[in-house]
Amino acid sequence: MAQSMVKEFTKGLWAELPPFRLVLGLCPVLAVTKSVENGIGMGIATTFVLVCSNLLVSLLRNIIPAKVRIACFIVIIATFVTVVELVMQAYTYPLFLKLGIFIPLIVVNCIVLGRAEAFASKNSPIFAIADGLGMGIGFTLSLGALGAVRECFGNGTILGNPVFGSDFQPFTFMVEAPGAFVCLGLMLCLMNLIGKK
Amino acid sequence: MGDYFVLAISCIFVNNILLAQFLGNCPFLGTSKKMETATGMAMAVVFVLVLAGVITWITDTYLLKPLNIEFLRTLSFILIIASLVQFVEMFLKKSMPALYAGLGIFLPLITTNCAVMGVCLININEEYTFMQSVVSSFSYAVGFGLALVLFAGIRERIIIARVPKPLQDTSIGLVTAGMIALSFFAFKGMV
Repeated sequence: MAQSMVKEFTKGLWAELPPFRLVLGLCPVLAVTKSVENGIGMGIATTFVLVCSNLLVSLLRNIIPAKVRIACFIVIIATFVTVVELVMQAYTYPLFLKLGIFIPLIVVNCIVLGRAEAFASKNSPIFAIADGLGMGIGFTLSLGALGAVRECFGNGTILGNPVFGSDFQPFTFMVEAPGAFVCLGLMLCLMNLIGKK
Repeated sequence: MGDYFVLAISCIFVNNILLAQFLGNCPFLGTSKKMETATGMAMAVVFVLVLAGVITWITDTYLLKPLNIEFLRTLSFILIIASLVQFVEMFLKKSMPALYAGLGIFLPLITTNCAVMGVCLININEEYTFMQSVVSSFSYAVGFGLALVLFAGIRERIIIARVPKPLQDTSIGLVTAGMIALSFFAFKGMV
């Protein structure tokens, strides 16, 4: 029992790492990773929604009729997204402004609906939480890593602290839109290289 | 009239929904391997996005705002989009089977296309008027289609090319998308 729970948890961290392996939920991955802070903030918000919706979907899995299950899942997810939206507006307003439209858009993040449909609707609540938490942390780490690379080269800082000397010329391509695509593509390539061994 | 033209240009090129705003990237990578599927998806998005833009704008202005329940925006928009997609699917199946066969599997996928939801939210956030929302929804959808079809054209070529193994498939796709985004970058000073 404990062993298989660990398995459900860790698969989100490497074997099925959401943005890279499953190539789902790319929009926030590309859009909010201009800095580490934004990336991790977005990751935590998504993790919260993922764990809560997984839990509720799993608890209600025998009650929800199969034909309208997608609609039910979406309502559950949208409810938690609204919670996150209001909480962030109240406590982390600057971050809320920076992430902007991407907070309500967690609703249509394919990872959340994907996990509800593929995992939570078939497994018991404890496993669903482990799965949601693993996926969420994997997602957060990926966003943080991508944010770190882009912030480091595009701005010369990590979490606002300068990492290069004062004569460093920021490579602004990295923080602009095209840099996001190229950077993610190259990171995916790197993961393929490591994963092959 | 001139204002609408500027808005349309800005939505199609300068703020292209896929390449500058990063919305709707999942179908962008998922359906761009073949030209046929790309055009199918593009058409379906234009169709649904205009309808969704109009309906959500009306809902927000005449229902949510007067009642002061804007916090329900996320929930109501996603329900509108989901039911709209379902409705469009049933309607097309009955009355236009040819078009339905063409759009086919792409219609249900649009529910979780964040471009649709994103544009609806942008319309509200930018406080567009009714006509402006119609123009922006249509132009964003056209911009989506344009980028998707361009990308699919290039991707069909990449399949023939010899790509290093770790870079294959999605990886090279993303780098290519970056190059297209770079070319769209040139429009930045235009509007």
